[in-house]
Amino acid sequence: MHELQVTERILSVVLKHATGQNVSRIVRIHLRVGELSDLEDEWIQHYFDYLSRGTMAENAKLAITRTPIVARCDTCACSFEVKRDALGDATCPQCAERRLELVSGSGYFIENMEVL
Amino acid sequence: MSDAVRLIEVKEEIHADNDRVAREIRARLAEKRAFLLNLMSSPGSGKTQTILKTIEVLGEKFRFGVLEADIDSKVDAELIAARGISAVQLRTGGFCHLDASMVAKGLAALDLDALDVVIIENVGNLVCPAEFDTGANRNVMILSVPEGDDKPLKYPLMFTVSDVLLVNKIDYLGLSDFDPVRLRQRVLGLNPRIQIFEISAKTGRGVDAWTDWLSAEVSRLVG
Repeated sequence: MHELQVTERILSVVLKHATGQNVSRIVRIHLRVGELSDLEDEWIQHYFDYLSRGTMAENAKLAITRTPIVARCDTCACSFEVKRDALGDATCPQCAERRLELVSGSGYFIENMEVL
Repeated sequence: MSDAVRLIEVKEEIHADNDRVAREIRARLAEKRAFLLNLMSSPGSGKTQTILKTIEVLGEKFRFGVLEADIDSKVDAELIAARGISAVQLRTGGFCHLDASMVAKGLAALDLDALDVVIIENVGNLVCPAEFDTGANRNVMILSVPEGDDKPLKYPLMFTVSDVLLVNKIDYLGLSDFDPVRLRQRVLGLNPRIQIFEISAKTGRGVDAWTDWLSAEVSRLVG
């Protein structure tokens, strides 16, 4: 699994944004993770705790919100949320069409961070 | 310095750097008129054999190179190189996938002026490779019959990022409860645009439809 690389990226991005901002400590990081990601919140935090030792992000908590999977219907263009386990047989709630495009639900987006 | 907690806006996608390198790779490929295909699947689904079969069919038409990613071995690269095909081994050193910067390094070791198509044999894994844009022009995945038709339910992301699904080892159909129709429904539910080809890289059955598609894509993109 790629927890390590994802977590390294989170750390490097927050440290970059903290530099020159008169930050002594990063307390909390607000992260949006796509519902399609297979990474568990708990494990992302474990890796982060390990990697961030000795940096200003040591002991920072990751506040993770899951970004829902949103699909758009090819036929009527309406957008709607799809549950992960319903993905294989999702149909458009407006016109029951099966041709859908995924609009969101993947990736790792750092929203902001609380610092001292 | 005050002790009050402040908020710093970050607003950054953590794969942004990877995506930038991937775009640079595509720009360089366009300049060199080379086509990059990213091949992903579980271990043992027949990636190396599918590559060899594909090159056997299209080898007269295009000049092929292969980037072999493995966590820690070079058996596949040796197999490919033994057929006289340019192959570069990328040992990922424990990483479960290739990212764009690893691919850029591998491409730098190949002479792109002397190649039309480069195939990346990604690390055998249906989870991690799906999250990283490698800079490829097209993503192709293999699901082999012995793995079962329930895989789209377990690894939805891989099926949504792939342009083509090769259902390999169709010579094993009938030996398990694998249902090609049910698989097709599940996959198209996740990704209605995906092209599905049923093949046996071993016997060659169904391979022509796949190589015709690839040939047309390569001609269209790098002609």
